[in-house]
Amino acid sequence: MTDMLTPVLSANWDQDRSWTLPVYERTGGYQTMRKALGMQPADIVTMVKDANLRGRGGAGFPTGMKWSFVPQDNPNPKYLVVNADEAEPGTCKDIPLMMADPHLLIEGMIISSFAINSHNAFIYIRGEVLHVIRRLQAAVREAYRAGYLGKNILGTGYDLDIVVHSGAGAYICGEETALLDSLEGRRGQPRLKPPFPAVAGLYASPTVVNNVESIASVPAIVRNGSDWFASMGTENSKGFTLYSLSGHVSNPGQFEAPLGITLRELLDISGGMRHGHELKFWTPGGSSLGILTAEHLDVPMDYDGLAKAGAALGTKALQLFDETTSVVRACLRWVEFYKHESCGKCTPCREGSWWLVQVLMRLEAGRGEEGDIEKLLDISDNIAGRSFCALADGTATIVQSSIKHFREEFEAGMTTPAWELFPYAKSALWNESATSTTGASA
Amino acid sequence: MTAIDKGTDKSVVPAEKQVQISIDDVEMNVPEGTLIIRAAEDIGIPIPRFCDHPLLDPAGACRQCLVDVVDDGRGRPMPKPQTSCTLTAMPGMKVRTQRTSPVADKAQHGMMEFLLVNHPLDCPICDKGGECPLQNQAMSNGRAESRFTDVKRTFPKPIHISAQVLLDRERCIMCQRCTRFSEQIAGDPFIDLAERGAVQQVAIYANEPFESYFSGNTIQICPVGALTSEAYRFRARPFDLVSVPSVCEHCASGCALRVDYRRTTVMRRLAGPDMAVNEEWNCDKGRFAFVSGRGDDRVRHPLVRENGVLREASWAEALDVAARGLAEAGSSVGVLTGGRLTNENAYGYAKFARVVLGTNDIDFRARPSSLEESAFLATHVAGKPMDVTYEDLENASSVLLVNFEPEEESPIVFLRLRKAWRKKKLKIWTVAPFRSAGADKMGATLLRTVPGTAAKVLAEMEDVHVDGDTVIMVGERALEDPGALTEVAALAERTGARVVWVPRRAGERGALDAGCLPNLLPGGRPVAEAGARVDAGAVWEVPNLPAEPGRDTDQILVAAAEGTLRALVVAGVELADLTDPAGARTALENTGFVVSFETRFSEAASRADVVFPVALVEEQAGSFTNWEGRHRPFKAVLPAKTVMTDLRALAALADALGKDLGVRTTKQAAAELAEFAGWTGERVAGPAADPVPDTEGLVLASWRMLIDDSRGNDGEVALLATGRRPVVRVGYETAEGLGVADGDRVTVASAAGSVTMPVTITPGMAENVVWLPRSSAGQRLAEELGAVGGVAVSVTKAADESNTSGGVA
Repeated sequence: MTDMLTPVLSANWDQDRSWTLPVYERTGGYQTMRKALGMQPADIVTMVKDANLRGRGGAGFPTGMKWSFVPQDNPNPKYLVVNADEAEPGTCKDIPLMMADPHLLIEGMIISSFAINSHNAFIYIRGEVLHVIRRLQAAVREAYRAGYLGKNILGTGYDLDIVVHSGAGAYICGEETALLDSLEGRRGQPRLKPPFPAVAGLYASPTVVNNVESIASVPAIVRNGSDWFASMGTENSKGFTLYSLSGHVSNPGQFEAPLGITLRELLDISGGMRHGHELKFWTPGGSSLGILTAEHLDVPMDYDGLAKAGAALGTKALQLFDETTSVVRACLRWVEFYKHESCGKCTPCREGSWWLVQVLMRLEAGRGEEGDIEKLLDISDNIAGRSFCALADGTATIVQSSIKHFREEFEAGMTTPAWELFPYAKSALWNESATSTTGASA
Repeated sequence: MTAIDKGTDKSVVPAEKQVQISIDDVEMNVPEGTLIIRAAEDIGIPIPRFCDHPLLDPAGACRQCLVDVVDDGRGRPMPKPQTSCTLTAMPGMKVRTQRTSPVADKAQHGMMEFLLVNHPLDCPICDKGGECPLQNQAMSNGRAESRFTDVKRTFPKPIHISAQVLLDRERCIMCQRCTRFSEQIAGDPFIDLAERGAVQQVAIYANEPFESYFSGNTIQICPVGALTSEAYRFRARPFDLVSVPSVCEHCASGCALRVDYRRTTVMRRLAGPDMAVNEEWNCDKGRFAFVSGRGDDRVRHPLVRENGVLREASWAEALDVAARGLAEAGSSVGVLTGGRLTNENAYGYAKFARVVLGTNDIDFRARPSSLEESAFLATHVAGKPMDVTYEDLENASSVLLVNFEPEEESPIVFLRLRKAWRKKKLKIWTVAPFRSAGADKMGATLLRTVPGTAAKVLAEMEDVHVDGDTVIMVGERALEDPGALTEVAALAERTGARVVWVPRRAGERGALDAGCLPNLLPGGRPVAEAGARVDAGAVWEVPNLPAEPGRDTDQILVAAAEGTLRALVVAGVELADLTDPAGARTALENTGFVVSFETRFSEAASRADVVFPVALVEEQAGSFTNWEGRHRPFKAVLPAKTVMTDLRALAALADALGKDLGVRTTKQAAAELAEFAGWTGERVAGPAADPVPDTEGLVLASWRMLIDDSRGNDGEVALLATGRRPVVRVGYETAEGLGVADGDRVTVASAAGSVTMPVTITPGMAENVVWLPRSSAGQRLAEELGAVGGVAVSVTKAADESNTSGGVA
């Protein structure tokens, strides 16, 4: 069963001190960079295009195409910015990757920067993950010392500097233009597009913003060729990716597999739901893309398959919930997250999430009012597609999909508190046999 | 040497590409890139909006203006509604607004409902109620009833974001108009958004208040009642006000105003729309400083001196006394008119001096002046048609500022130059002792001078590109650098650059054109030219006019002090503004007879034998001429009671003297003055003055701040509190030499006296220059130091105990 896994990005995570340069080099690290620096930059772009690597940050935009949008005749410097502001609920792939194998990202950045003719690259990393920031900084230092970064890398005449920049804990800064504002030292709020970052991004210069996993996939493509990469995955979703399993599963963690694997297969590999429970609902790509149910266990988890199911691949953050969980409660918690993280710039996100939370709170408490469900749906309808950036779409989607699949639980919220229908301790306590000894401490 | 290029041809401008679009099935052609919200306005379709403002960069924040794009121009509909304030017209685009698209209509209704979720709906007690875009558009494009039955977020209210501007945060809808205005238009990004989500709010930085001369505009463009002013908050309801278009009387920018009054009192003033002049903005002085005429010192009835004391008198008696006194003096009378008269009143004085008194001893300059300046004004400015406009500034190849600080001395010029720099990368050079905050906000390059050396700097400047499309803006203070005006004239002659003179006061350009100068008759006609006198004599129907150019302000005062002049007529001159205030006081006291025309009791009035009460600007019709030479007419806002216009009082005085002024009303004066337009004869010879040799040691530099001790600001406490903190400025080297540190209180002394203020060490400042505000914190340099610039001063660290008293005005 485990032969369905394709560890490429995670191949070295189990090595002793995998994050250090000697270990990385021992497993072939920085060899691909040597090869790439001898190539024509345009050939690297073509290679990534041919591999059909699509952005792993959620939107799935073809990476090679993004690179080709950079106007090379623009006299301004070109920048590569790695989006390491991983904050989508349930998502946990970039941070373990940078924790275990930071040099893979750095090597990917060197090759990618070379391909787009950039001499300054930035890693914008979530500020809360201090241990990862330190590990990245150490890795960058090691790379400089080894001559992989800085002036005239390995005598090729190519210069590249990498700056590790930590954010200050705002979900919105994962949105690429808000990220750029924040990186420039401003308040992180999304920018008006056009101009798009490829034309006027960081410091109004051509900028490519890519997800950590996308960039970390580049060395393998350059090493093994686009055909090798495209041999994995499905029609429009090539290659391998990291799926993060969390929630009521026996064995949470990251699983690297070709795109198109189903949740049923992943559960089989990972050991299934927690003992004695069954899947009730799950998020395929973080909460922003809505929830699915056990009906969708066999949906291929690739860009097309999930879109057909009314969701999207997103960040491949699979949060699984079993039958003890109240959908109303989960929905409220998610919407509270969006309310808290709304940057405040545009009206529907700022005010809509404020309002949704209050309606959901009374439904959770069993004090729902007549028309509340229609109200939730109409508020969501007035938010979705009306906001400045995609953040608010997530707010609307989670409400809409929750009601779509579990309307009866919202109806029950007119009369019965969610905690009576779904005693919270049952979904929170891991080992139910332990309740008698440890008490209901959760 | 100065680069010279006369050959630049800017006439070849590519025509704007037109694209065809349709909005609600109405086909139209618009320039490519036009915002859909503007295109819709053109065909009379109002799309509701809050964050959109035509003069601010698009934000797309409020989402109120959503429209449905059924065809993006490539045959495809856009999947989501688009904000029409950010959507640009593309060929073939088809857009449906709320009028024809249920999707757009629902989106707009939804947005309006969201905006009201956290809005307090306190319209009955809100200043904006009745003129509120949120209120109005909630009616036109919102649901009749809200479905929101939950808890609104609240804030403690209100908070001061400056001494003048208050913020009621719960009313704010986060449109960012105020923050974008401050950042983009004014260049004072001292307010910005803080926090996030529904508790996002406009905030100031912890230690930096919203310090901007343009802060009042944020109140005016706020689409809700979130921003209010100390001056107007809770004072009136919009529906009780009568609005009158008017013109600002403070500086030479010439802003259009909207004056709102209730019954007999002006309650507030707003920037009036005039795209050619002030666009939609004005400065805080123009907006808030309008109550100075309401104090106890207002002169409402004529006063005559009896037994050494001024007492109220009837107009008839006062005219009689004044006529007797002036008749005794004959033509030995000097006339000082100040720089704040309307064109028509200035013309009244110019004609009164020549026709009634028979003298050329008339000068409007209640400030330093020079013969070089008189010659410069007569040759290059007086009576000339409008040659350089605000728009020309935007299209200039470069702008050279000579002794001119636009932000302090003509704020709307500053806004336009900043706009040109921001939008068109206009190159600006400034001849000054340091790069002021205003210069910084215009991206200006400093041509560093020590006071007195501007002529030399202008003659020797390198890498400064001056060509036929350059505009040289000469400030009123240029005369304080001998030879500078001569050098400017020569530079313009050499390069074809255009020269404009920007005085500080609203009435100076008009007074110049009206002939309130000893060497000029109206319309720039030289007194010394026989043909000019014949012209004037013909209009005035008098056979002879005095042929010798008269005395200027300083000479008039000296002559009056000596007794050479036997009487003075003084109109609205603040003695403390003169070069030698003490000398002026002596002059008024020594002169045989003084007639004063005043709105408020003043130092001049207190030394007068007769005081005539005259009308405030808001009490009369008239006009100003701004620095462009643009005619700025206005109507009376309120009726004048018990007072007359200067012109009417002068006509009455002429009658009492048995002469005829020939004009009594503003209309008559304006018509007669218009007859003087178009002088094509000889002009006074151009300026010719030599630079002075360099001064040794520390030299004084100064200019007036926009919000300072000017009497026009009186009574507006909140406005005065927003003035810049007065400081002494010196450069690093000078400070080091003096052993003073930033923030130390220092005493600047001249031979005549001293002033004490905290010091600010200013980067890049010319060495050995000490800068002071000219009239702030109760310290007027002319009074305390006996000079406003160019003189040697010494600087010493002040004793510590005065630290606590501070220098804050």
